[in-house]
Amino acid sequence: MILYLLCFTLLLVGLYGILTKRDLIKIILSASIMGYATNLLLILFAYRNGSIFPILRKGVETMPMVDPLPQALVLTSIVIELGTTALLVALALKLFQKYKTYDITKIRKLSG
Amino acid sequence: MPIETWLIFILSFMIIGSIVALEIKDILSAVIAVGVVGLGVSISFIFLQAPDLAIVQFLFEIFALIIMVRAFVKKDYHQEEPSKANKILIGITIITLLAILYFAASVLNLLPQFGEPLMNTAQYYLNNGAADTGAANLVTSIILDYRAYDTLGEITVLFTAILGALTVLRIKSKSHR
Repeated sequence: MILYLLCFTLLLVGLYGILTKRDLIKIILSASIMGYATNLLLILFAYRNGSIFPILRKGVETMPMVDPLPQALVLTSIVIELGTTALLVALALKLFQKYKTYDITKIRKLSG
Repeated sequence: MPIETWLIFILSFMIIGSIVALEIKDILSAVIAVGVVGLGVSISFIFLQAPDLAIVQFLFEIFALIIMVRAFVKKDYHQEEPSKANKILIGITIITLLAILYFAASVLNLLPQFGEPLMNTAQYYLNNGAADTGAANLVTSIILDYRAYDTLGEITVLFTAILGALTVLRIKSKSHR
Protein backbone atom coordinates (compact mmCIF):
# COMPACT_ATOMS: atom_id res chain seq x y z
CA MET A 1 0.00 0.00 0.00
CA ILE A 2 2.67 2.51 1.00
CA LEU A 3 4.72 1.40 -2.02
CA TYR A 4 1.79 2.01 -4.36
CA LEU A 5 1.28 5.44 -2.83
CA LEU A 6 4.95 6.40 -3.22
CA CYS A 7 4.93 5.25 -6.84
CA PHE A 8 1.75 7.23 -7.49
CA THR A 9 3.43 10.27 -5.92
CA LEU A 10 6.24 9.89 -8.46
CA LEU A 11 3.61 9.91 -11.22
CA LEU A 12 2.07 13.07 -9.76
CA VAL A 13 5.47 14.78 -9.62
CA GLY A 14 5.77 14.17 -13.35
CA LEU A 15 2.25 15.49 -13.91
CA TYR A 16 3.11 18.62 -11.88
CA GLY A 17 6.09 19.23 -14.14
CA ILE A 18 4.00 18.89 -17.29
CA LEU A 19 1.33 21.26 -15.97
CA THR A 20 3.46 24.06 -14.55
CA LYS A 21 6.81 24.18 -16.37
CA ARG A 22 7.31 26.49 -19.34
CA ASP A 23 10.58 25.08 -20.61
CA LEU A 24 10.05 22.50 -23.36
CA ILE A 25 12.96 20.33 -22.14
CA LYS A 26 11.52 20.18 -18.63
CA ILE A 27 8.19 19.03 -20.10
CA ILE A 28 9.93 16.20 -21.99
CA LEU A 29 11.76 15.14 -18.80
CA SER A 30 8.46 15.17 -16.87
CA ALA A 31 6.88 12.92 -19.50
CA SER A 32 9.67 10.40 -19.11
CA ILE A 33 9.30 10.52 -15.30
CA MET A 34 5.61 9.66 -15.70
CA GLY A 35 6.63 6.75 -17.90
CA TYR A 36 9.03 5.41 -15.26
CA ALA A 37 6.35 5.62 -12.57
CA THR A 38 3.79 3.76 -14.69
CA ASN A 39 6.17 0.92 -15.53
CA LEU A 40 7.28 0.56 -11.92
CA LEU A 41 3.66 0.51 -10.66
CA LEU A 42 2.80 -2.34 -13.04
CA ILE A 43 5.80 -4.37 -11.89
CA LEU A 44 4.93 -3.69 -8.22
CA PHE A 45 1.54 -5.32 -8.85
CA ALA A 46 3.30 -8.41 -10.18
CA TYR A 47 5.55 -9.22 -7.21
CA ARG A 48 4.79 -12.29 -5.13
CA ASN A 49 6.34 -12.85 -1.71
CA GLY A 50 9.17 -15.36 -1.55
CA SER A 51 9.30 -16.13 -5.26
CA ILE A 52 11.97 -15.94 -7.95
CA PHE A 53 12.28 -14.63 -11.50
CA PRO A 54 10.27 -16.55 -14.15
CA ILE A 55 13.10 -18.42 -15.86
CA LEU A 56 13.18 -22.21 -15.78
CA ARG A 57 16.55 -23.82 -15.09
CA LYS A 58 17.65 -27.37 -15.61
CA GLY A 59 18.23 -29.35 -12.44
CA VAL A 60 16.54 -26.83 -10.14
CA GLU A 61 13.20 -27.85 -8.72
CA THR A 62 10.39 -25.40 -9.47
CA MET A 63 9.86 -22.67 -6.94
CA PRO A 64 6.98 -20.18 -6.92
CA MET A 65 7.62 -17.50 -9.54
CA VAL A 66 6.52 -13.89 -9.91
CA ASP A 67 3.79 -12.92 -12.37
CA PRO A 68 5.41 -12.91 -15.85
CA LEU A 69 2.56 -11.16 -17.70
CA PRO A 70 3.17 -7.53 -16.57
CA GLN A 71 6.90 -8.04 -17.12
CA ALA A 72 6.27 -9.05 -20.74
CA LEU A 73 4.03 -6.05 -21.38
CA VAL A 74 6.32 -3.54 -19.65
CA LEU A 75 9.33 -4.82 -21.62
CA THR A 76 7.88 -3.53 -24.88
CA SER A 77 6.51 -0.42 -23.18
CA ILE A 78 10.03 0.65 -22.16
CA VAL A 79 11.27 0.35 -25.72
CA ILE A 80 8.33 2.37 -27.04
CA GLU A 81 9.11 5.08 -24.49
CA LEU A 82 12.54 5.46 -26.08
CA GLY A 83 10.91 5.97 -29.49
CA THR A 84 8.43 8.55 -28.24
CA THR A 85 11.18 10.39 -26.35
CA ALA A 86 13.19 10.57 -29.57
CA LEU A 87 10.13 11.94 -31.40
CA LEU A 88 9.55 14.60 -28.71
CA VAL A 89 13.22 15.62 -28.82
CA ALA A 90 13.08 15.93 -32.61
CA LEU A 91 9.97 18.15 -32.41
CA ALA A 92 11.59 20.32 -29.73
CA LEU A 93 14.73 20.72 -31.86
CA LYS A 94 12.66 21.87 -34.86
CA LEU A 95 10.75 24.34 -32.68
CA PHE A 96 14.05 25.72 -31.40
CA GLN A 97 15.38 26.15 -34.95
CA LYS A 98 12.28 28.13 -35.87
CA TYR A 99 11.67 30.26 -32.77
CA LYS A 100 15.13 30.36 -31.08
CA THR A 101 13.58 29.60 -27.70
CA TYR A 102 12.32 26.66 -25.64
CA ASP A 103 9.77 28.76 -23.74
CA ILE A 104 6.31 27.52 -24.71
CA THR A 105 4.62 30.84 -23.94
CA LYS A 106 6.70 32.49 -26.66
CA ILE A 107 5.88 29.84 -29.24
CA ARG A 108 2.57 31.15 -30.48
CA LYS A 109 2.56 31.44 -34.25
CA LEU A 110 1.40 28.24 -35.88
CA SER A 111 2.34 28.85 -39.53
CA GLY A 112 5.12 26.47 -40.50
CA MET B 1 16.14 -6.37 5.61
CA PRO B 2 12.72 -6.98 3.97
CA ILE B 3 12.23 -6.01 0.38
CA GLU B 4 9.60 -3.35 1.21
CA THR B 5 12.13 -1.31 3.17
CA TRP B 6 14.60 -1.33 0.29
CA LEU B 7 11.89 -0.34 -2.18
CA ILE B 8 10.59 2.47 0.02
CA PHE B 9 14.15 3.81 0.30
CA ILE B 10 14.72 3.66 -3.47
CA LEU B 11 11.33 5.19 -4.26
CA SER B 12 11.89 8.11 -1.86
CA PHE B 13 15.27 8.65 -3.50
CA MET B 14 13.61 8.69 -6.91
CA ILE B 15 10.94 11.20 -5.84
CA ILE B 16 13.63 13.53 -4.48
CA GLY B 17 15.62 13.08 -7.69
CA SER B 18 12.67 13.96 -9.89
CA ILE B 19 11.83 17.06 -7.84
CA VAL B 20 15.46 18.16 -8.16
CA ALA B 21 15.30 17.52 -11.91
CA LEU B 22 12.24 19.71 -12.26
CA GLU B 23 13.37 22.59 -10.08
CA ILE B 24 17.08 22.95 -10.91
CA LYS B 25 18.03 25.72 -13.34
CA ASP B 26 20.83 24.10 -15.32
CA ILE B 27 19.55 21.81 -18.08
CA LEU B 28 22.51 19.39 -18.04
CA SER B 29 21.97 18.80 -14.31
CA ALA B 30 18.26 18.22 -14.89
CA VAL B 31 18.92 15.61 -17.58
CA ILE B 32 21.40 13.80 -15.34
CA ALA B 33 18.97 13.88 -12.39
CA VAL B 34 16.34 12.19 -14.54
CA GLY B 35 18.99 9.61 -15.40
CA VAL B 36 19.36 8.93 -11.68
CA VAL B 37 15.61 8.32 -11.45
CA GLY B 38 15.77 5.85 -14.33
CA LEU B 39 18.66 3.93 -12.79
CA GLY B 40 16.62 3.76 -9.56
CA VAL B 41 13.85 2.14 -11.58
CA SER B 42 16.40 -0.35 -12.90
CA ILE B 43 17.55 -1.28 -9.37
CA SER B 44 13.93 -1.68 -8.25
CA PHE B 45 13.37 -4.12 -11.12
CA ILE B 46 16.23 -6.25 -9.82
CA PHE B 47 14.64 -6.27 -6.33
CA LEU B 48 11.28 -7.20 -7.87
CA GLN B 49 12.78 -10.26 -9.63
CA ALA B 50 12.66 -8.91 -13.19
CA PRO B 51 16.21 -9.22 -14.58
CA ASP B 52 15.22 -8.76 -18.25
CA LEU B 53 13.49 -5.51 -17.44
CA ALA B 54 16.46 -4.28 -15.42
CA ILE B 55 18.79 -4.76 -18.39
CA VAL B 56 16.38 -3.11 -20.84
CA GLN B 57 15.77 -0.18 -18.49
CA PHE B 58 19.52 0.32 -18.06
CA LEU B 59 20.05 0.42 -21.84
CA PHE B 60 17.07 2.78 -22.23
CA GLU B 61 18.60 5.08 -19.65
CA ILE B 62 21.96 5.22 -21.45
CA PHE B 63 20.34 5.86 -24.85
CA ALA B 64 17.95 8.50 -23.49
CA LEU B 65 20.86 10.29 -21.79
CA ILE B 66 22.87 10.25 -25.02
CA ILE B 67 19.93 11.57 -27.08
CA MET B 68 19.11 14.35 -24.60
CA VAL B 69 22.70 15.49 -24.12
CA ARG B 70 23.42 15.39 -27.85
CA ALA B 71 20.27 17.35 -28.65
CA PHE B 72 20.02 19.94 -25.92
CA VAL B 73 23.43 20.66 -24.50
CA LYS B 74 25.03 22.95 -27.08
CA LYS B 75 28.34 24.76 -26.90
CA ASP B 76 26.87 27.23 -24.45
CA TYR B 77 24.74 25.56 -21.81
CA HIS B 78 21.09 26.27 -22.27
CA GLN B 79 19.72 27.97 -19.18
CA GLU B 80 16.07 27.84 -18.32
CA GLU B 81 14.37 31.12 -19.07
CA PRO B 82 13.63 33.01 -15.87
CA SER B 83 9.95 32.24 -15.57
CA LYS B 84 7.58 34.53 -13.76
CA ALA B 85 5.09 31.75 -13.30
CA ASN B 86 1.89 32.60 -11.58
CA LYS B 87 2.19 31.60 -7.89
CA ILE B 88 -1.59 31.22 -7.53
CA LEU B 89 -1.73 28.88 -10.52
CA ILE B 90 1.05 26.70 -9.10
CA GLY B 91 -0.77 26.58 -5.74
CA ILE B 92 -4.01 25.51 -7.41
CA THR B 93 -2.12 22.81 -9.32
CA ILE B 94 -0.51 21.42 -6.18
CA ILE B 95 -3.82 21.39 -4.30
CA THR B 96 -5.50 19.56 -7.21
CA LEU B 97 -2.72 16.99 -7.36
CA LEU B 98 -2.97 16.40 -3.60
CA ALA B 99 -6.71 15.84 -4.00
CA ILE B 100 -5.99 13.32 -6.75
CA LEU B 101 -3.52 11.57 -4.42
CA TYR B 102 -6.15 11.46 -1.65
CA PHE B 103 -8.74 9.84 -3.90
CA ALA B 104 -6.14 7.52 -5.41
CA ALA B 105 -5.28 6.25 -1.92
CA SER B 106 -8.82 4.92 -1.50
CA VAL B 107 -8.62 3.26 -4.93
CA LEU B 108 -5.21 1.70 -4.24
CA ASN B 109 -6.67 0.24 -1.03
CA LEU B 110 -8.97 -1.93 -3.11
CA LEU B 111 -6.11 -3.51 -5.03
CA PRO B 112 -4.52 -6.79 -3.88
CA GLN B 113 -1.85 -6.22 -1.24
CA PHE B 114 1.80 -5.96 -2.22
CA GLY B 115 3.21 -9.47 -2.55
CA GLU B 116 -0.10 -11.24 -3.16
CA PRO B 117 -1.03 -10.74 -6.81
CA LEU B 118 -3.98 -12.19 -8.67
CA MET B 119 -2.46 -15.05 -10.64
CA ASN B 120 -5.37 -16.34 -12.73
CA THR B 121 -4.00 -16.14 -16.26
CA ALA B 122 -0.37 -16.01 -15.22
CA GLN B 123 -0.58 -19.30 -13.33
CA TYR B 124 -1.53 -21.01 -16.60
CA TYR B 125 1.49 -19.46 -18.30
CA LEU B 126 3.77 -20.56 -15.46
CA ASN B 127 2.47 -24.13 -15.48
CA ASN B 128 2.23 -24.74 -19.22
CA GLY B 129 4.58 -22.17 -20.77
CA ALA B 130 7.54 -24.49 -21.17
CA ALA B 131 5.43 -27.33 -22.58
CA ASP B 132 3.47 -25.08 -24.96
CA THR B 133 6.28 -22.96 -26.39
CA GLY B 134 9.55 -24.67 -25.46
CA ALA B 135 11.04 -21.46 -24.05
CA ALA B 136 12.91 -21.58 -20.75
CA ASN B 137 12.38 -17.86 -20.18
CA LEU B 138 8.65 -17.48 -19.58
CA VAL B 139 8.67 -13.74 -20.24
CA THR B 140 9.89 -14.29 -23.80
CA SER B 141 7.41 -17.12 -24.23
CA ILE B 142 4.62 -14.61 -23.48
CA ILE B 143 6.06 -11.84 -25.65
CA LEU B 144 6.79 -13.96 -28.71
CA ASP B 145 4.15 -16.68 -28.51
CA TYR B 146 1.05 -16.10 -26.39
CA ARG B 147 0.87 -12.37 -27.05
CA ALA B 148 2.70 -12.11 -30.35
CA TYR B 149 0.06 -9.85 -31.90
CA ASP B 150 0.44 -7.38 -29.03
CA THR B 151 4.17 -7.29 -29.70
CA LEU B 152 3.56 -6.78 -33.42
CA GLY B 153 1.31 -3.78 -32.66
CA GLU B 154 3.83 -2.31 -30.23
CA ILE B 155 6.64 -2.68 -32.74
CA THR B 156 4.44 -0.84 -35.24
CA VAL B 157 4.09 2.02 -32.74
CA LEU B 158 7.86 2.09 -32.22
CA PHE B 159 8.49 2.08 -35.97
CA THR B 160 6.02 4.94 -36.48
CA ALA B 161 7.64 7.01 -33.74
CA ILE B 162 11.13 6.55 -35.22
CA LEU B 163 9.79 7.33 -38.71
CA GLY B 164 8.14 10.48 -37.35
CA ALA B 165 11.37 11.59 -35.67
CA LEU B 166 13.38 11.08 -38.88
CA THR B 167 10.77 12.93 -40.96
CA VAL B 168 10.58 15.87 -38.58
CA LEU B 169 14.36 16.21 -38.46
CA ARG B 170 14.64 16.14 -42.28
CA ILE B 171 12.20 18.98 -43.03
CA LYS B 172 13.96 22.27 -43.71
CA SER B 173 12.25 25.18 -41.98
CA LYS B 174 11.50 28.32 -44.01
CA SER B 175 13.82 30.52 -42.01
CA HIS B 176 16.81 28.50 -43.18
CA ARG B 177 16.14 28.86 -46.92
